[in-house]
Amino acid sequence: MRDVTYLRPKDLQDAVQLSRTTPGCRPLAGGTDLMVMLHARTLRPAPRAILDVWSLSELKGVRRVDGMLEIGAAESYTGIIRSAEAQQHLPALVAAARTIGAAQIQNRGTLGGNLANASPAGDTLPVLLAYDAVVVTDRRSIAIDRFFTGYRHTALQSDELITAVRFPLDRQVVFRKVGTRAAQAISKVVIAVCRQPARVAIGSVAEVPLRASGAEAALASGDVAGAIAAVTADIRPIDDVRSTATYRQAVTQNVLRELLRQ
Amino acid sequence: MVQFTLNGRRVSFEGSGSRRLLDVLREDFRATGTKEGCGEGECGACSVLIDGDVVDSCLVAVGQVEGRDVLTIEGLSSPLQQAFIEHGAAQCGICTPGMLLAAHVLLQRTTRPSADDVREALAGNLCRCTGYTKIIEAVLSCGT
Ligand SMILES: Cc1cc2nc3c(=O)[nH]c(=O)nc-3n(C[C@H](O)[C@H](O)[C@H](O)COP(=O)(O)OP(=O)(O)OC[C@H]3O[C@@H](n4cnc5c(N)ncnc54)[C@H](O)[C@@H]3O)c2cc1C
Ligand code: FES
Ligand code: FES
Repeated sequence: MRDVTYLRPKDLQDAVQLSRTTPGCRPLAGGTDLMVMLHARTLRPAPRAILDVWSLSELKGVRRVDGMLEIGAAESYTGIIRSAEAQQHLPALVAAARTIGAAQIQNRGTLGGNLANASPAGDTLPVLLAYDAVVVTDRRSIAIDRFFTGYRHTALQSDELITAVRFPLDRQVVFRKVGTRAAQAISKVVIAVCRQPARVAIGSVAEVPLRASGAEAALASGDVAGAIAAVTADIRPIDDVRSTATYRQAVTQNVLRELLRQ
Repeated sequence: MVQFTLNGRRVSFEGSGSRRLLDVLREDFRATGTKEGCGEGECGACSVLIDGDVVDSCLVAVGQVEGRDVLTIEGLSSPLQQAFIEHGAAQCGICTPGMLLAAHVLLQRTTRPSADDVREALAGNLCRCTGYTKIIEAVLSCGT
């Protein structure tokens, strides 16, 4: 790791410039995904430089912008959990943040990192889908339902920096994560649901966090039982060391039933 | 160059900013009370405080502590330390520095924590020896 150059941009503009001009450059926020991969040397291609966006003030904070709530890409989960605006308008996001790792991870982990890492088990990602969040980058806005393009692939260009995530203020979203224990467990299934408009977003059940279109169509016409029946055809779970596909199908239906009863 | 405060002292580090804070603390500053368990953010043995927040130093690039205040076990002075000894809350001791720092943050923010508060605050710190009961009792004994 000693051969990786560390870059500390002085502001966002400097970061954007460095990201565009430095070959093999990788953004570093809280490091809770990237530092593990750097140390284990599992990144291909191996990065030649890390660009530290953690301290950029432009990427921090929770604020109102254009009638939406905007969270800086490098704001920590702890910052989101403590934000009065997030608690008021985005309780499902706060609930998701509280399930991520333990204090050490919540103090460093960020939405920008969760998005760019694009793990199918990323816990905030179904919540972002249920809110119809908008990913704001240094060059454009990307609707969240176009962001995940394949297994750990996103719509981001290689030098593109996420600067913020925007949320509408008036959504009622509920969230539930099923893992093996309360803290620091990778998810088996994560679901976020909105009734109006109908959104059913699920993580850990396919190669990407996805919107369950069949379940959403049923829910939009008020057919709760139909939504629960349809969801198994929407998801593509796998057997792995943590669970079987059959188990994930059953849990998804059970959790959706529970969320739709609320 | 990285300049930061380590246990109340201004220090500077000349090497690469991409090295892990954990390695720089242990190898360059000889602050070997900070332990490496997993190197993946799972175990909390490498916990330190940055500006008063508990973090895993194996996940921090040393360049990220520029201008920050870093506290390691060498700089901690808390009644928790005596309480851990009295309650037999340390066996092999690998988890102990991280446990103490995470518990210290809890006690600074919550004067009389419940056992559940302690469990939550220490959820990122694994112990393979004690079974946690004595650790939780030691922390609870320091609640005022
Ligand atoms: C012990 C442990 C427990 C965990 N538990 C959970 C959990 O319960 N749920 C969960 O979802 N995740 C979990 N994680 C994974 C991780 O904490 C999250 O994915 C976190 O959100 C990553 O954010 P970060 O800032 O640390 O990202 P980093 O590690 O800094 O970066 C991750 C990736 O995102 C890129 N990136 C970062 N910021 C930007 C940006 N602004 N623009 C463009 N690219 C960027 C980096 O280049 C890198 O590819 C856990 C990790 C650990 C070590
Ligand atoms: S060594 Fe850092 S968390 Fe285990
Ligand atoms: S005392 Fe050995 S790991 Fe905790």
